[in-house]
Amino acid sequence: MTKVTMTVNGKSVSGDVEGRTLLASFLREDQGLTGTHIGCDTSQCGACVVHVDGVAVKSCTMLAAEADGASVDTIEGQANADGSLNVIQQAFQDHHGLQCGFCTPGMVMSAAALLKDNPKPTEQEVREYLEGNICRCTGYHNIVKAIMAASGQDVTAIAAE
Amino acid sequence: MPKDTGIGAATVRREDVRFLTGTGEYTDDIQLAKQTYAVFARSTVAHGTIKSIDTSAAEAMPGVLAVFTGEDFVEVGGNPAGWLINSRDGEPMKEPKRPVLAHGKVRHVGDAYAAVIAETAQQARDAVEAIEADIEELDAIVDMNAALSGSNFVHDEIGTNQCFDWGWIEDNREATDNAIKNAHHVTTLELVNNRLVPNAMEPRASIGSYKASTGEYTLHTTSQNPHLTRLLISAFVLGIPENMLTVIAPDVGGGFGSKIYHYGEEALVLAAAKKIGRPVKWTADRTESFLTDAHGRDHVTKIELALDKDGKFLAFRTDTKANVGAYLSNFSTATPTFLHGTLMAGNYTVPLVYVNVKAVFTNTAPVDAYRGAGRPEATYSIERVIDKAARELGMDPIELRRKNFVKPDQYPFASAAGLEYDAGNYDALMDKMEEVADVAGFEARRKESEAKGLLRGFGVNAYIEACGIAPSNLVGVLGSRVGLYDAATVRVNATGNLSVMVGAHSHGQGHETAFPQVVAEMLGIDPGVIDIVHGDTSKIPFGMGTYGSRSLAVCGSAVVRATEKIINKAKKIAGHMLEASEHDITLADGVFSVSGTDKSVTFGEVALKAYIPHEYPLEDIEPGLEETAFYDPANFTYPSGAYACEVEVDPETGKVTVDRMTAVDDFGNVINPMIVTGQVHGGLAQGIGQALVENTTYDENGQLLSASYMDYTMPRADDMPMFAVDHSQGTPCTHNPLGVKGCGEAGAIGSPPTVVNAVIDALQSGGKDVKHIDMPVSPARVWEAMQ
Repeated sequence: MTKVTMTVNGKSVSGDVEGRTLLASFLREDQGLTGTHIGCDTSQCGACVVHVDGVAVKSCTMLAAEADGASVDTIEGQANADGSLNVIQQAFQDHHGLQCGFCTPGMVMSAAALLKDNPKPTEQEVREYLEGNICRCTGYHNIVKAIMAASGQDVTAIAAE
Repeated sequence: MPKDTGIGAATVRREDVRFLTGTGEYTDDIQLAKQTYAVFARSTVAHGTIKSIDTSAAEAMPGVLAVFTGEDFVEVGGNPAGWLINSRDGEPMKEPKRPVLAHGKVRHVGDAYAAVIAETAQQARDAVEAIEADIEELDAIVDMNAALSGSNFVHDEIGTNQCFDWGWIEDNREATDNAIKNAHHVTTLELVNNRLVPNAMEPRASIGSYKASTGEYTLHTTSQNPHLTRLLISAFVLGIPENMLTVIAPDVGGGFGSKIYHYGEEALVLAAAKKIGRPVKWTADRTESFLTDAHGRDHVTKIELALDKDGKFLAFRTDTKANVGAYLSNFSTATPTFLHGTLMAGNYTVPLVYVNVKAVFTNTAPVDAYRGAGRPEATYSIERVIDKAARELGMDPIELRRKNFVKPDQYPFASAAGLEYDAGNYDALMDKMEEVADVAGFEARRKESEAKGLLRGFGVNAYIEACGIAPSNLVGVLGSRVGLYDAATVRVNATGNLSVMVGAHSHGQGHETAFPQVVAEMLGIDPGVIDIVHGDTSKIPFGMGTYGSRSLAVCGSAVVRATEKIINKAKKIAGHMLEASEHDITLADGVFSVSGTDKSVTFGEVALKAYIPHEYPLEDIEPGLEETAFYDPANFTYPSGAYACEVEVDPETGKVTVDRMTAVDDFGNVINPMIVTGQVHGGLAQGIGQALVENTTYDENGQLLSASYMDYTMPRADDMPMFAVDHSQGTPCTHNPLGVKGCGEAGAIGSPPTVVNAVIDALQSGGKDVKHIDMPVSPARVWEAMQ
């Protein structure tokens, strides 16, 4: 077992992990942060996306030990300080960008990373960026729309809900 | 002004907040005290005889608490088929036992033959590796034709790989044959409806727990229908009394049909929990999901359409082989028969339909209902052959369909495939589609594509489906072994807020938002005081759950009926409070008034009176304000639609891009248009996925080649266009109180033929003599077809 210490959503946490423990498992099982989901075994689906030192990472593809000393942000830390939804979360609700909710944490975390690097993405840029996030419910229409709305762009021209 | 609450309002979903903040609670998120973990040993061969299983080394591994094999479940029951199909000769279908763990033989790759329970999942996984199974590999039965002609059987005890040979409508067989023999023109098409994996993003998971002091079991599981799961486990598999088993389906991350069914893992974790006296959790990894979730579709079909010289349809004749896989999943026999054959008249006045379906056992994963379930297969066959006929006859595909549509003055309409359509207006849908899709502008867009070196094609489709599954008396006659009503309890609490317990389960459909809109509208109160409870058999009435686009049409109707009972009783209480006859009480905007006076009490005051019944006529009215209703519909509902697709095909690579996708649907009345549109979007993506990218491939040895997201192509964001969706042309359902029809499956039913018709149009307009390409219409297949 290896002792790891990291900052998760602004709080310092530590735990003993096996060498093979994935960051996703550490967050879910040791820290009880079950908003980070595991939807595949092959780093394809993106339900487990978190930010490690500000960069979007699939937490099923990183060992917990590799995140020792890092700053990790998960879906549980995304809301505003008063508990209200942040701009991206609110846009997902306003534009019905989620259905079953399972891919949603990863979508929100990926969207946040996209908008940090590209504050006004085009529709095509959003679609290409989401290549690593699979949603089976929404057909992506409202996810793309929500992300563009969250970036402050006018989405009224995109087909009505 | 659009409404902001109640029926018809595009209310944002209240359930979103927990999902957006990572505080949803899915089965794998739950950790029970002293929880242990199950991992399954699964067959790596498609077909084999189990000679021996030595678990001694596994049992000695660190952390291992128990190891189970098929031997441990010989004395218990099997997972049953929920629908009896009789063959054309009257013989009942073949129903081989489906045990909790494989015993004697393994019958598909992934078939579980043992399970390890350990302190941690990793320990269980390690111990599974130490199980020594001597499995003698047998030749795999993969191809359906080989299965029907050979002497190698998936289930030796039944001596055939044919489950049934079903005819519908058998009395029309000869007349249909004659119509086809004598017709002016017959169009024939052979096609494959490709096997799909539902791929809900949440893998299946179950936690079994047992309380020795009371004998009570609890199963947390990823289910679309917790009461149905409980019934199957209690009555057929483990024999646990129903009142000793609670099934809880918490937040469920999508289903699409795959989580309707009971699976052996659920029984295993319950039995294991009892044996070791601790909760047992199992969570599928994605490869297990591919190997063991019920798959969808997998039909091989020949369809013939007979027409007269004016293009009127005379008969459809269909010959289908349907793969049911290695075991009968719960509704696997209903899907290719009564959810498929009965829809084979489509939206048309065709007088004769005959469908023959042979269901075939193979050494592959079980196949069952997947979003649309039989109706996508019917629609694909009908709408592809109509398109081919239009080309052969030189007719416009829209006009050929219109010529044969059931017309608005023909309802109720008895279809040639045995259903009674209650309402619809297919011409109005087609008109709206032509407007929304800007069909008039197509030629200009085609020229633009040509200028880019691309072939643009236009495809159209009309569909009808049978939803709101369904009237128990009717399905009982047709072979269903379950009733298909649903149930709701409306509990008005003393302080005036409401808990509504429903049998339907929400795993993306937004019931927690839409159902309160209905109750709020009826009572004239704020939907925010109404809470929906679902998914826990200890809290909700016995409902049949969510599938077949039935939640609102069936369970929503039960909600209406229960709310009507609440109103009736509340009027009695109000009448007493206002010293008036209950018949003179009216309810508006949450206030009970005496007609013609200014006397009134609020809904909240009545609720309080019901629970604090001072000065209350106890001899006439019971205290409390809580009512339950069961609702069993009189008929199926019949959503219908007209879809259009425009594709661009790159003649250099064969790549197909969907540029425009239009869905105009008749769902009857709409409760929440935002949610309905979202449901259509999701269905469209799954249908486009089937048409263009998704495929499930077994090799000749029964190895699943597409068992991960590296190999099975899931539609991604950049595979999809923005969709144009319209549901303004609704004709209300005539037999349920809300006039609703169901919207969950439409997109997946209507879109595959639309896309393929568009691809064929693109190729033919580009001078390529291509009449058909099987789905998925991949670049390789398109390129090959063009050569």
